Amino acid sequence: MSDLLLILVTGLGLGALYFLAASGLSLIYGLMGVLNFAHGSFMTAGAYAAWVTMDAMPSSTAVGLRLLVAVLVALVVGTLVGVVVEVVLIRPLYRHHIQQVLVTVGLSLASVAAVQGVFGSDPYPVAKPSFMRGTVDVLGARLPVDRFVYLAVALLLLGGLLALLRYTRLGLVIRAGVENRTMVEALGIDVQRTFTIVFGLGGAVAALAGVLFSQYAGTVSPLQGGSLLIYAFIVVVIGGMGSLTGTAVAAFAVGLVQQLANYYAASGIGDLSVVLLLALVLLLRPSSLQGAHA
Amino acid sequence: MTADVATPTRPDAVEPEPGPRRRPPWLRHLPPVVLLLVLAWLPYVPVELPGLLPGRVNGPGSMQLLATCLVFAGFALSYDVIFGRTGLLSFGHALFVASGSYLLTISVSSWSMPLPLALLVALGGTTLLAVVVGGIALRVGGIAFAMVTLAFAQAASIIVLRDPGGVTGGEEGKALARDAVPSILVGVSNAPYRYWLALGFVVVAFLLVQALVASRAGHAMAAVRENEGRAAVLGFTTYRVKLLAIVVGAFLGGLGGVVHALVLGGSSPHLTSAEFTLALLVMVVLGGAGSRWGALVGGFLYHYADARLVEASGSGVFDVLPDVLADVLGEPLFILGTFFVVVVYFAPTGLTGLGGRLVRKAVRP
Amino acid sequence: MTSVLTLEDVHVRYGGSHVLQGVSFEVPDTGVTALLGRNGVGKTTTLKAVLGLAPRTGTIRVRDREVQGERTHRIVAGGVGYVPEDREVFGGLTVDENLRLVDQASGVDAPIVGELFPDLVARRHQRAGTLSGGQQQMVSLARVLLRDNDLLLVDEPTKGLAPKLVTEVADVLARVATTTPILLVEQNLPLVRRIADTVVVLDAGTVVHRGDAAALVEDPELTTELLGVSMRAKGAA
Ligand SMILES: Nc1ncnc2c1ncn2[C@@H]1O[C@H](COP(=O)(O)OP(=O)(O)OP(=O)(O)O)[C@@H](O)[C@H]1O
Ligand SMILES: [Mg+2]
Repeated sequence: MSDLLLILVTGLGLGALYFLAASGLSLIYGLMGVLNFAHGSFMTAGAYAAWVTMDAMPSSTAVGLRLLVAVLVALVVGTLVGVVVEVVLIRPLYRHHIQQVLVTVGLSLASVAAVQGVFGSDPYPVAKPSFMRGTVDVLGARLPVDRFVYLAVALLLLGGLLALLRYTRLGLVIRAGVENRTMVEALGIDVQRTFTIVFGLGGAVAALAGVLFSQYAGTVSPLQGGSLLIYAFIVVVIGGMGSLTGTAVAAFAVGLVQQLANYYAASGIGDLSVVLLLALVLLLRPSSLQGAHA
Repeated sequence: MTADVATPTRPDAVEPEPGPRRRPPWLRHLPPVVLLLVLAWLPYVPVELPGLLPGRVNGPGSMQLLATCLVFAGFALSYDVIFGRTGLLSFGHALFVASGSYLLTISVSSWSMPLPLALLVALGGTTLLAVVVGGIALRVGGIAFAMVTLAFAQAASIIVLRDPGGVTGGEEGKALARDAVPSILVGVSNAPYRYWLALGFVVVAFLLVQALVASRAGHAMAAVRENEGRAAVLGFTTYRVKLLAIVVGAFLGGLGGVVHALVLGGSSPHLTSAEFTLALLVMVVLGGAGSRWGALVGGFLYHYADARLVEASGSGVFDVLPDVLADVLGEPLFILGTFFVVVVYFAPTGLTGLGGRLVRKAVRP
Repeated sequence: MTSVLTLEDVHVRYGGSHVLQGVSFEVPDTGVTALLGRNGVGKTTTLKAVLGLAPRTGTIRVRDREVQGERTHRIVAGGVGYVPEDREVFGGLTVDENLRLVDQASGVDAPIVGELFPDLVARRHQRAGTLSGGQQQMVSLARVLLRDNDLLLVDEPTKGLAPKLVTEVADVLARVATTTPILLVEQNLPLVRRIADTVVVLDAGTVVHRGDAAALVEDPELTTELLGVSMRAKGAA
C-alpha cells in the first residue's frame, strides 16, 4: 500500500516533468504545424542558464533563493532563445514544414555540440534546496517533497495555459489559428506575431522544464534535454498532437506507467514500457491521432 | 490548361524532353564504372595525400577510414529510399542499421553461429523488425510519424545500453569473435579487404536502389512522395507502398549494419543513438535527397568530415582562436550541424544539386 | 467616377498552371460589382490575389495605395473585408468569439449585429461549427462588417443556401452596398441582376467582358457565350 502510494506520487511527479517538457512543444505544433526539434536545446539552455546563475551567486545565499533567481533567469533566456529561433530560423521557411524540422534538427545537433564544447560532456551536480530534498510521511509512505513541487508547478502551468487560451485575446487568436491560420490572417490579424509570441512562450516553458529536470536528476548535462525531448514527443503523440489537456493526461499516464513498470517488472523496463504504451495507443486508436497538419 | 493536372497524359502526347540531349547508354554508364574502377584500385596506390588522408592511400589508416566512409555512403543510400524517394520523414532508420549490426555480432559472438547463418539472422531479423515497426508507425502520418519512429529508435538504444543477458555489451559495445570471421577480414594488414567489402556493399546497394527506382514500386513511391492523395486516387495502396519503402530501406540499412560490424570488428551503441539517427537525415539532405549520387556523396562526406574534424581539433589548428570558440569549433557536430542549417536554407537540393547547377552554368553560360 | 480597387496586369501561377494571365479591371467606389465566369476560371483566385493569399505579380491598388507587396493582415486591416467562398468560420469557437476576433470589445453586442443578424445574438454561445450553413454565412458576413471597410470582397455567399436564405443574404448585401462598395463573386444570375450594377467576366485567365449587369444578364446569347449558362438553364431561382 505505502509502496503503491510512493509509486503513484513519483509517477505523477515524473509525469509533471514530462508535461512541462511537452506542453510548449504541443502548443507550437498545434498552432504552427512546426515540429520543434530544438525544443530539447531550449530545455538545455534553461538548465545551464540556471546552473550558471546559481553558481555565480554567493554561496552564502540560501539555495532556495538562488534557485528562484535561477528560474527567473532561465525563463528570460528561454524566451529569448525561442523568439530568436522563430524569427531567424523558422519564419523564413514559413509553410515549409519539412525544412523547418530539418533546420531545428541541425540546430539541436549544433547546440548540443556547442554546450559540450563550452562546458564539457560531463554532468555537473546542481544544488538542491533543502526543503526539496526532504520527505513527508503519508500513510506510512515516505514521499519525496520535490515530486510535489513538480506536480504543483505542472498543474499551475496547465491551469495558466488553459486560462490563457480561454480568457485572453492571445488565447482566442491561438485557438482560431490552430483551426485556420489563413483565415485569421484574412481577418486582419498578424498571425506571425502570434507565432513569435508562442515560440517565446514555448521557450520559456521549456527552460523551466530544463531547470526542474536538472533538479530531479541532480545534475546538468548536455544530453539531458535531448533525452527528455523523446519522452515529450511520445507524450505529444499519445496526447493527440497539439491538444493541451490531451498532453497533460498523456504526460501523467506515461509517468505512472514508467514508474509502475520499473517497480513491478524490473528496473529499467519503465523506459521501454513507455514505447510499448505508444505502440499500443497507435494500434488501438489511430484515427483520433492523425495530426491536424500533414 | 489547369485541368491537365488531374488527367494523366497519354503516352503519345509526351514530347521528347528538350534540354540535355540523351546520351547513348554506354556513355551514361561510363562515369560510374570508371569511378568504381578507380575506387577498387585505391588499395594499390602507395601515394601520400597529406592533410586529406592519414598516411598512404593504401595504408591501413586510410583504408579503414575510406571503408567506413563507404559504409556510411551506403547507410545514406538506404535511408534515402525512405526519405528522399518516398518522402517519409523517419527518425528511426538507425534502428535497422543497429539491428543488422548487433544481430550479426550477437549471433556470432554470443550464440556461436557460423557467419552465413548469422548473416541470415541479421537480415531476416531486421526485415521483420521493419515490417512490425513500420506497420505500427505508419498508422500516423507526417510529423507524428517522425516522432513515433524516433521513439522506437530510442527503445533500441535503451535495450542496447541495458545489456540484457550480457549480449549487447552495454556502453562498451560488443566485439565480433575473431575466429568466426574469415581471417581475410581480420587484422590491421587486411584493411584493403575490408575496404573492398565496403565498396562491394555500396555497389550492391546502388544497383538495388537503381532497380527499385525503375520498377513499378519505385514509381508508386515517387507518386506517394509527390502527392499522397493523388497517389491514392491513382489506385496505389499508399500504406503498402510506404511500408515497402521502409522495409527495403531497412533491409539495405541492415545489410550496411552487417558490413559495418565486419569492417569495424563489432557493434557500437553509437549506432543506436539519437545523434546517429539524425545524422542519417543530415547526410541525405547534405548530399541531395532523392538522388542516388546525392545520398552517396552526403554519407561519404559526412563521415569523412566527422572523422577529419576530430583529427583537426586534436591537432590544435583552432588553438589560435579564443578558448571558448576553439572548444566549440572542436566539436565536429557543431560545424556539421551549422553547415547543415546553411545547406537547408541556401542549397535545398543539397551539395550534388548545387554542384550540378554550377556545372551547368559553367558549361552553358 | 473614381475606383476603390484597381488591378493592372495581375498574374497568378500555381506551380505549373498559369491561372490568371494578366487580369486588369477596376471596381467603382459605389455599389456592387459582380465578378463572373465559368467554374474554375479564377474568380476566387482573383480575390485571393487582392488579399495576398495567392502568389501574384502585377499592380493592385486599393484607393491610392499599392498593396501587392503587403502582407494579408495589413491589407485587410487597411480596409478590405473578405467573406471567403466556404464561409470558413472557426467551428470550435463560439459565435461571439468568432466576432471578437475582429472586434475584441463588443463582439456580438455590436449594434450592427443586432440590427442585421438578430439570430446570431441569440446564439452567441453556440459553437459556430454546429450552426447551419446559412447561420455560418451570417457569422462570416457579420465578422467583416464589424470593421470600417473601404471595400468588401464577397465570394459566393449564397452557395448551397435555401431560397429564403438567398434572399436574406441578398438583402444584407444590398444594404451594406449603400455605404461600402462590394466586389461580389456570384453564380446566381437573378441575384446578380437584382443587386449588382456592373459586371466583370473572366475567361481563360483574362477579363473578357465589362459592362452593365442588367444588360448582360438579360442577353441570353451573351450569358451562354461568356458563362456557359443561360438564365433559363439555371432556372430563375
Ligand atoms: N492552391 C492552388 N494550387 C493549385 N491550383 C489551384 C490552387 N487554387 C486554385 N487552383 C486552380 O486555379 C484555378 C482557378 O481556381 P478558382 O478557385 O480561382 O476558380 P473559381 O473561378 O473560383 O471557381 P468556382 O466557380 O468553382 O469557385 C482552378 O483550376 C484551380 O484548380
Ligand atoms: Mg471560387
